[in-house]
Amino acid sequence: MKPDLFESPDYFMLDDLLSEEHKLVRDATRQWVKRSVSPIIEEYAQKAEFPKELLGGLAEIGAFGPYIPQEYGGAGLDQISYGLIMQEIERGDSGIRSTASVQSSLVMYPIFAYGTEEQKKKFLPKLATGDLIGCFGLTEPDHGSNPSGMVTNFKDKGDHYLLNGAKLWISNSPFADIAVVWAKNEEGRIHGLIVERGMEGFSTPETHNKWSLRASATGELIFDNVKVPKENLLPGKNGLGAPLGCLDSARYGIAWGAIGAAMDCYDTALRYAKERVQFGRPIAATQLQQKKLAEMITEITKAQLLAFRLGQLKNEGKATTAQISMAKRNNVEMAIKIAREARQVLGGMGITGEYSIMRHMMNLESVITYEGTHDIHLLITGADITGIPAFS
Amino acid sequence: MKILVCISNVPDTTSKINFTEGDTKFDTSGIQFVINPNDEFGLTRAMWFKEKQGATVHVATVGEASTEPTIRKALAIGADEAIRVDAAPADGFFVARQLAEVVKNGGYDLVIAGRESIDYNGGMVPGIMAALLDMNFVNTCISLEVDGNNATAVREIDGGKEKVSTTLPLIIGGQKGLVEESDLRIPNMRGIMMARQKKLNVVPPVDATPATKETRFEKPAPKGEVKLVDADNVGELVELLHNEAKVI
Repeated sequence: MKPDLFESPDYFMLDDLLSEEHKLVRDATRQWVKRSVSPIIEEYAQKAEFPKELLGGLAEIGAFGPYIPQEYGGAGLDQISYGLIMQEIERGDSGIRSTASVQSSLVMYPIFAYGTEEQKKKFLPKLATGDLIGCFGLTEPDHGSNPSGMVTNFKDKGDHYLLNGAKLWISNSPFADIAVVWAKNEEGRIHGLIVERGMEGFSTPETHNKWSLRASATGELIFDNVKVPKENLLPGKNGLGAPLGCLDSARYGIAWGAIGAAMDCYDTALRYAKERVQFGRPIAATQLQQKKLAEMITEITKAQLLAFRLGQLKNEGKATTAQISMAKRNNVEMAIKIAREARQVLGGMGITGEYSIMRHMMNLESVITYEGTHDIHLLITGADITGIPAFS
Repeated sequence: MKILVCISNVPDTTSKINFTEGDTKFDTSGIQFVINPNDEFGLTRAMWFKEKQGATVHVATVGEASTEPTIRKALAIGADEAIRVDAAPADGFFVARQLAEVVKNGGYDLVIAGRESIDYNGGMVPGIMAALLDMNFVNTCISLEVDGNNATAVREIDGGKEKVSTTLPLIIGGQKGLVEESDLRIPNMRGIMMARQKKLNVVPPVDATPATKETRFEKPAPKGEVKLVDADNVGELVELLHNEAKVI
C-alpha cells in the first residue's frame, strides 16, 4: 500500500462555511484515518477480515454516537460534524464507516430516541466507549426493500417475550454484543427489541465470500425461541416509522461518507495523472484524462454542497426522509461513477491493492444497495413529488 | 505543578511556500496552519505530567485571532486553559518578551517551548525567555522527568546526549524525543466539545520593539534534474561523474 498522501479537494471553498469546530472534527478524524486506517486497511480487505483493532480507536476519537448528548457518553456534536466524521472514515474505507454508522445511527440512535431512561443509561455509555458493539436487524431473507412484510415476530409470554425469525445482511453481527432487532408483535405491529449476545437461541453466523465491504463483518441474526426480557423492548416508538427513523440518520451519514470515498478516488487519480508519463508528457495533459478529472471534481463539489445543506436542515430538524433519500442516492452514485473513472485513469495499476480505488469501487456496490437501494430511493423521491407511492 | 506550553502557529509541513509584495511577505493564502511540531511534542509531554502527576497545563501563543483554531486544538487535546497574546509575532525577541510576561504573571513551575518553530527556524524564543526571566534553561531537550522540585533532563548534543539535573522553575526548548511521533495525540470529539467551555484569555501585548526586520525572502534554488544510470553501467556513471559533474 502506498503512503496516504490524501489532500482534500475543496473547489468551492466549502471550508469557509464550516465552523472552526467542524474543521477540527474533520481534521482530527482525517488524522486518525491516516494514522490508523490507511496503513492496515488494504491487508484486511485482501484477507476479508474486519480489523477489530480499530474499534478502540473509533471509540477513542468519538466516532460512536458523536451527536448523542454527553450525559449518555456521546460528544453532543451537531449533524454536520457527524457527517464530516463519516466522510473522513469512508475516505479510508466504507466498511469501517459502516461499523461506525451502525453503532451510531442504528444502535445508539434508536436507544436514545425510543429507549427508556434505564436503557439509555445501561447501553449508551458502553456503546460510546466501544465496550459494547451493536448491530441492527431489519432486513430479512425475503424482505429487503419491503421491510413491512417482515416475518420475525415476538409473543408476549407474561414475564418475557419469545422472539423467532431471522435477519440477513447485518453489518457487525458476527461480533456484536447487542442487536437492535425489529419484529412484529402478535397484532402485527413492528417494535424494536434489544437482543443480547448469550441469550439462548440467538446466533450470528457470518456471511462469507463477499466481494464488497471485505474489511467489514457481515452476517445473519437467527432467533430460535429467544427469551427477551420485557425491559429490552424499546417503548418510545413502534410501527415501520421507528426503524425508518434510524435509517434516516444512517442514510444521512452515508450521503457524507460517499463523498469521502469519491474524494479519495479523485485525489489518487489526479496525483497519478500528473505523475504518469506517456507519449513524453503526463497523462494529465491529455484531454480525455482532463475530462474525467474535471467531471469528477464537478460532481464532488455538487455532492459536497448537497450534503452541507442537508446537514443544515438536519441541524434545524427540518430534513425530510425524501431529502435524505435524494442525497444518499445522488452521492453514492456519484462516488461509484468516480471510482470507476478513476480506475480507468490508473490503467492497470488501478486494479491492484497498491491503490485504494478498486477497494472503494467494490465497497460502493454495497453502499449503493444497502440502506435503501438506488432504485427505491428514486421511488421515494417519486412518491414525494407525485404523492403516489409506486412501491405499495 | 503548573506548566505553560508555548505554542507557535506554523504552516503545515506539506505547504507550498510562496511570497508576495515583492518577496517581503509570506503568502498565507491556501495555507493550513498547525501546532508547531516541536511544541506538539512538548504539549504531549505536558499531558503526560497532567495525567500522571496531576499537573495543570496552560498553553500560550503570540498571534492574531486567526491563530485561535490552533490553540483551540491544544485545548481539545487536553490543555486546561489558553492564553493568546493579541499581536502578530514580529520576531523571536518580540515573542519571547510577550511570553516572558505570560510566565511572570502566571507563576509557572515549568515552561515547555519548542526548540524552534518550523516556519522561521529562529530557535531563539526559549533561550531569550529564560534570560529575561532568569530561569533555569535546558535546550534541545529530548527527555524530561520531574520529581518534586527537581528535574532531570536529557539534551541532544553533537554526537551524543547529555543528562542534566536542575531545579524548577525551568524552561526547556523541547523537540522530538520528549515523546515520539506515535505518542502525539489526536483530539477526540468529547475533547473538542469540552474545549468550547475552556478559557481562552486574550491579553494585550506588552511594549517590545522587535530586534530584527524582514527585508526580503528568497526560496532555495530548485533542485537540478536527476540522471538515472543503470546499475550494470558503471562505466557510464564514472564518465558522468568525471566529465559532467566533475567530482572525480
